[in-house]
Amino acid sequence: MNRINKKLKEDKKLLSIYFTAGYPTLNDTVTIIEKLEKSGTDMIEIGLPFSDPLADGPTIQASSTQALKNGMTTNVLFKQLKDIRQRVSIPLIIMGYFNPMLQYGVEAFCKKCQDVGIDGLIIPDLPVDVYNEKYKAVFEKYGLINVFLITPQTSEKRINFIDSISNGFIYMVSSASVTGSNSGFGDEQTKYFKRIAKMNLKNPQIIGFGISDNETFSQATQHAKGAIIGSAFIKNLTKSGLSKIDNFIKSIIN
Amino acid sequence: MTYNIDDKGYYGEFGGAYIPEMLYPNVEELRQNYLKVMAEPSFKKEFDQLLKDYVGRPSPLYFAKRLSDKYKTKIYLKREDLNHTGAHKVNNTIGQILMAQRLGKKRIIAETGAGQHGVATATVCALMGLECIVYMGEIDIARQAPNVARMKMLGATVIPATSGSKTLKDATNEAIRDWINNPVDTHYIIGSVVGPHPYPDMVARFQAVVSEEIQWQLKEKEGKTTPDYVIACVGGGSNAAGSYYHYLEDTNVNLIAVEAAGKGVHSGESAATSALGKEGIIHGSKTLLMQTDDGQITEPYSISAGLDYPGVGPMHAHLYKSGRAEFISVTDNEAMTSGLELCKLEGIIPAIESSHAFAVLNKKTFKEDDIVVINLSGRGDKDLDTYIKHFDL
Ligand SMILES: Cc1ncc(COP(=O)(O)O)c(C=O)c1O
Repeated sequence: MNRINKKLKEDKKLLSIYFTAGYPTLNDTVTIIEKLEKSGTDMIEIGLPFSDPLADGPTIQASSTQALKNGMTTNVLFKQLKDIRQRVSIPLIIMGYFNPMLQYGVEAFCKKCQDVGIDGLIIPDLPVDVYNEKYKAVFEKYGLINVFLITPQTSEKRINFIDSISNGFIYMVSSASVTGSNSGFGDEQTKYFKRIAKMNLKNPQIIGFGISDNETFSQATQHAKGAIIGSAFIKNLTKSGLSKIDNFIKSIIN
Repeated sequence: MTYNIDDKGYYGEFGGAYIPEMLYPNVEELRQNYLKVMAEPSFKKEFDQLLKDYVGRPSPLYFAKRLSDKYKTKIYLKREDLNHTGAHKVNNTIGQILMAQRLGKKRIIAETGAGQHGVATATVCALMGLECIVYMGEIDIARQAPNVARMKMLGATVIPATSGSKTLKDATNEAIRDWINNPVDTHYIIGSVVGPHPYPDMVARFQAVVSEEIQWQLKEKEGKTTPDYVIACVGGGSNAAGSYYHYLEDTNVNLIAVEAAGKGVHSGESAATSALGKEGIIHGSKTLLMQTDDGQITEPYSISAGLDYPGVGPMHAHLYKSGRAEFISVTDNEAMTSGLELCKLEGIIPAIESSHAFAVLNKKTFKEDDIVVINLSGRGDKDLDTYIKHFDL
């Protein structure tokens, strides 16, 4: 069974952390993954940096720009992750934009993911219909779970469709926004969280965007299986460095 | 082979809508409605009326006698420079503001490079009384100061894009992010035949008025609707798409697309996408773009802000790959020299973008009885500083 599916069966709320590979310095990737697992993170999204991250706010943009300056490439990332499965056992997902994967070759990329022990992919700009038509078979051949996003504007019909083609979890974007641009959840979001929870989808939902601390994590996981923190984690890395990862994670899940 | 869009939103293998789910409802709403809305008699009537009375269409098709004498062929200029706001861009913004109104949108966003599209958007927003926010790269704000002032006078808010290369590509990223953050009340007026489907097709259809007019204007002047050549510069590709549109399927008409080679195609400072680009995805569209082996989008360069874009629209990627259009690249210096020549021979100061198209006259030989239409996409007022500096005037 895929590590993501196994993790989703655990009887607890899950904390997933996004970070940009190659940031703050090129070779921090593996250290960050190890520290995250040790401090209690349930799942990790490794960001493959892109020059033009359309769905991301300033924090992730800046970390991506820096990571690229540091020399991060698709090949470098796979080299860094070569022995990662001898070090950590939690689910690892690569999150990135489609163009770098397309240039690498989608099949070669998927194969490499399987080789190093990646469990799934999140590709915000790979549309559902293109995935279904052209890439589903390849992803499945290499045992990769593709995670789709839904937003407060996604119609019920489309949510049901996305649920029907998903086989891991659904990434629930908390509000209409790019990453990192919200603080705190209001009534509108709570209503949306409840509305989706009531749909009884076959896939569990994990909420992302706008989760930054213990309070927002608890709010989100009241209505979902887990929550994802990205920008807030990167801000913490920028400010306090790798040595404070443990404190940050503990402050969320205490 | 067809050179138009198919029912899935592709030109050959190019196009589509590679967008994050956050944009799906907006883009889907547009996709489902754009053809219906454009076919409504009331829409057509208002669009045509505004193009006539407000923009000043039809724009003249002018026989350039002295230029023709010099190059020993028959050269006609399609005078998009005479449109209100000074370029072809306004054809599209008039169409899109009417579209936005019919979709019930209250807030308009746009990106701009040279500022021509920003001015054209600010203009139609003033005309219709809608809020207007224009994203513009920090570097372009500095080199196109008069257009920034014009946008402000027209009531628009100009927001500098400070990420990446701080030019058109980054302004487009910021506009897309704004749209993600404002999914209900906002319409994004894209300025060229780029972006996710249906934008390339919708913008091409609004710009198609250019070739529609060329057809009947040529008929009047030459007794036939088709020229031998249509030449246009290509940034994203909208003035080219408009001037080619009604000739796309008529392969007797040779289409020439002119890209900016900057300081030379292989100088490392260029925006010649067809020569330097590979297939990939930029701003929601599968097309040709300049990128590293690793799939990172690279920073283009051109003296002309309107051509300083690392991609081309999917129609042009298809025209290139299929060989339907010939792509020629022109350096900064070649374009500037041809721009100045047009001033001296015809008394017309062209936008530097358009000057690139004229440089083809030195690169290709035409027969004496060839009819060559050059799309003069815009006027050079905005570029005086650049011309002055370049020629030490
Ligand atoms: C006068 C003029 N011509 C051409 C262009 C290039 O755009 P496109 O290729 O979409 O026509 C611009 C863009 O700003 C422009 O202002």
